[in-house]
Parts: sequence; structure tokens; C-alpha cells
Amino acid sequence: MAGLTVQRWSVRHAGGLEKIYHFCSQLMIKLYPLVNRLGFARLERPVAFVEKHIKGFLFDCQMCGQCELSRTGMSCSMRCPKNIRNGPCGGVRANGHCEVNADMPCVWVDAWTGSQLMADKKAIDHVLPAVDRGYKNSSAWLRWMRQQNGRSEVFKK
Amino acid sequence: MNTPAVYDDEDFSTKSPGHKSRGRLERVLRRGEFAVTAELNPPDSADPNDVFERGQVFDGWVDGINATDGSGANCHMSSVGICALLTRVGFAPVMQISCRDRNRIAIQGDVLGAAAMGVNNILCLTGDGVGAGDHPGAKPVFDLDCMSLLSTIRAMRDEGKLLSGRILSTPPQVFLGAAINPFAPPFDYRPKRLAKKIMAGADFVQSQYCFDVPMLEKYMTAVRDMGLHEKCFILIGVGPLASAKSARWIKKNVPGIHIPDSLIERLDKAKNPKQMGKDICIETMQQLREIKGVAGVHVMAYRQEELVADIVQRSGILKSRKPWRKEPVPGDLAMIEAAEYKADVIANADNQ
Repeated sequence: MAGLTVQRWSVRHAGGLEKIYHFCSQLMIKLYPLVNRLGFARLERPVAFVEKHIKGFLFDCQMCGQCELSRTGMSCSMRCPKNIRNGPCGGVRANGHCEVNADMPCVWVDAWTGSQLMADKKAIDHVLPAVDRGYKNSSAWLRWMRQQNGRSEVFKK
Repeated sequence: MNTPAVYDDEDFSTKSPGHKSRGRLERVLRRGEFAVTAELNPPDSADPNDVFERGQVFDGWVDGINATDGSGANCHMSSVGICALLTRVGFAPVMQISCRDRNRIAIQGDVLGAAAMGVNNILCLTGDGVGAGDHPGAKPVFDLDCMSLLSTIRAMRDEGKLLSGRILSTPPQVFLGAAINPFAPPFDYRPKRLAKKIMAGADFVQSQYCFDVPMLEKYMTAVRDMGLHEKCFILIGVGPLASAKSARWIKKNVPGIHIPDSLIERLDKAKNPKQMGKDICIETMQQLREIKGVAGVHVMAYRQEELVADIVQRSGILKSRKPWRKEPVPGDLAMIEAAEYKADVIANADNQ
């Protein structure tokens, strides 16, 4: 349950984490030429390793490879037992817990709480598309960097 | 990353002119009539007559019959099978699709198959977890969620494309539905989630059981403030409770269904709890008809389906309108008589 405490801390500090997210985004855009020179394919494994451990600690990240934490109030939606990307479902218990796992607070109730602590309160209003299961365990950070530069190639694990 | 739309960024009206389907349900709703849909209890059998008999009890009283897709994660005849049978005899089914059991390949294939069989209405659901049903050891799929399922089928219909981008030679003409639950937390987010569903493609929504009208009114106020009732047809779920005991059981064991204690008390004090359950249901339906933005009711009388006709009639919500009724052709006459006889027997047993 220690992990759960950290995830809920992350939701409560969604506003601060959003600032860090924006700072890192800017940094990643600046780093693009360097990363490009080193080669995305070569960096995929080490970066995915680091990403997995940082986001794993903070958010219990499931490494879907297409991170939307900034749009889900810093609560990882892939932790939902139904993998709902656009929650919460209609089964939320009266105490705000999960329908499937009664001991777990609903990740989407947390997402709503977190989203309202962020500067961009409307980020949660986006309809997220279907998850591409082929990106599982790949680095969302590197993928995002490529996308920002109009590149679509995928380095799947 | 790609930027999906936000609902107040653009006009996402779905009540645009022009029908999406050739179905009766859409026609009734677009005419501004107060629509009634009912839920069919799926048989655990391979006999088509079980479906016909269960559909027959609604004949002439509803505008659509929902075929559930393994509701509560219990295995029954598939929704696509039930719908295909119902269309054979002229009923207007609402095919429910749950994301629990099939991935995007299977679901899109079913949508095409169902549309080819004459299914005009599809309800997109995420589905209950497998732990709730009779096969807790099954693999939960949840490849899509209700929202991405809606947008996938909408793209099939409006753009004639599969999720992969491959072109369809004939797109499925379906009226798209989704579920809402105004009675589960977080309450302030629920209207926004409806907006998201509309943006993803919902033309109509059916709600979870409503046992608390004041709570629904609060929700509907927020919905009206956002103008959502003008973009989507909202049908509210109702159903008769059989007894105080079953109400307590549902409240305790079925997440997402909210039953106020005052209502359970009424059932407790009633001499005939079953009759009281029916009366409460009728009362609720009459109250719902007066709420602005409510386009109809969805009657879920689980294992009491034969009560639906009486409930709808006594509530008077149809006013003078008579929903489509199967023409009694000589071959079917015996079937209809048998069903009417059965309904009479049940009604008489009820009165005693």
C-alpha cells in the first residue's frame, strides 16, 4: 500500500507536477537535436528503463507508451482494472472506490480531483483515442519528442 | 501529441438534420415523442423461440428492445444473435456492445454483421469486470473503452472507415447510444462525461436505474446549462423493485445503483411489496416525463419483463401514442394469442 500513498500524493500535487511536466517538455524539445544525433533506436531501451522507474514510483505507470498523465489529473488511467482511458465508469462505489477492486480508490475519481488542481482544468475534457497496444513498454517520452518534430516512426519493443 | 477535441472548442451537435439510421427508435425520438425502450432478459438457451417469446411481451409498448451483451459479466446468448432474431420478426433492437469480451477486430466485425442483419441501434458500453459474473476466471479484454468504441463506430458510419483506416464499401447506418450514471460519484464530473460521450459520437444515452428523482433533477440542471439535452436524446432507466429485501441486496452488491433509504422503507411498510415496487416505478416515470431534457425512459424489469406493458400503460407516459406493433399475420396469430393469454394470467395473479 506504500505505492498507493505515493500515487495519491501525486494526484494531490497534480498542479506542481504539471509545472514540472511543462518544464520537462520544453527541455525535451531543446534536447531533440542531441537525442537525434545519438539515435532514437539506441536510446530507446535505456530511456524506457529510466522512465519506467521514475513514472512507476510516482504514478504506478503501466508503460502503455502513450502517456496522457497531463490530461488525466496525474492519475495513471491504465491502472484502472478496465483500462478505461475516458473514465470514470458508472460503477464507482458511493465511497469513491473501484467497482472491480473495492479496496482501491477509483483512479478516475482521483483523476478528476487532480485535474481540478492543475492550471489547465480542461485538459481532462479531451476524448482520448483507443490505446495502441503495440507501444506497450516503449518510451512515451522519446515518442513524444519524435511526434513534436513530425516524425511518426515507432521503435516497438 | 495529437490534440483531440474539447467539447466547448467546437460545435459538436449530433442532433443535426438527417437521420443516422433507418430505425424506428431514432424516428420516434426525432419527432419529439417520449420514447420507451425495454431490456430483454437474454436466454441461456439455443432456442430462437425463447427470444421471440421474450420479445413478444413488449410488443406494442416499446420503441426499442435492448439486447444485453453478457450483462454483469454473466454468459448468455450473444447480443448480436438476439438482435438478428428480433429483426427477423420486425422488432427494433438496441444492440449492446461491451468492451469486456472482445477486441477491436471482433467488435467492428460484429457491428458490420449486425447492421447487415437490420440492427439500427447500438449501445456502447465498457462493461462490468469479469469478477462480477459467472466466469471470474475469464480474461478481461477491455481493448477499447466506451468512448473509443463510440468514436470507432461513428467513424465507420460517417467516414466509412475501420479503425485501421481501411475503407468500407457500405458503412453501417446505426444510431449510436451510450450509458450514463448520474447516481455515482464524482457527481460534478458526470455531466461533463456526458459531454465527452456526445463528442465521441453518442446520439442517445440510456441511464442507470433512477430511484432518486431529485438527484436526477440536479444532474439534468447541469446538463441543460451545458445545452447537452439539445445535442443528444436522454433516456432515463427505471425498473420495478420486487421487495425491500431485493432492494437492499442490490444496494449492497451492485455498485453504481443508488437506492434512497426512504424508498426501501416504503417497500418495507407496504402490504404488497411487489405492487408497491410497480407503483414507485410508475410514479418515477410520470415524474421523469415532466423533466425538461428527458427524451424517454428505459425500462429494466429484470425477470419481471411481463410487467412492462402494464407499467407503461398505467403510467400514461405514451399519452395516446401507440408504438409499432407486429401485424398479426395468420401464422403468428397463435403466438400473439398465447402471449396475451400469458399476460392476462400474470395480471390476474397480480390483482389477487
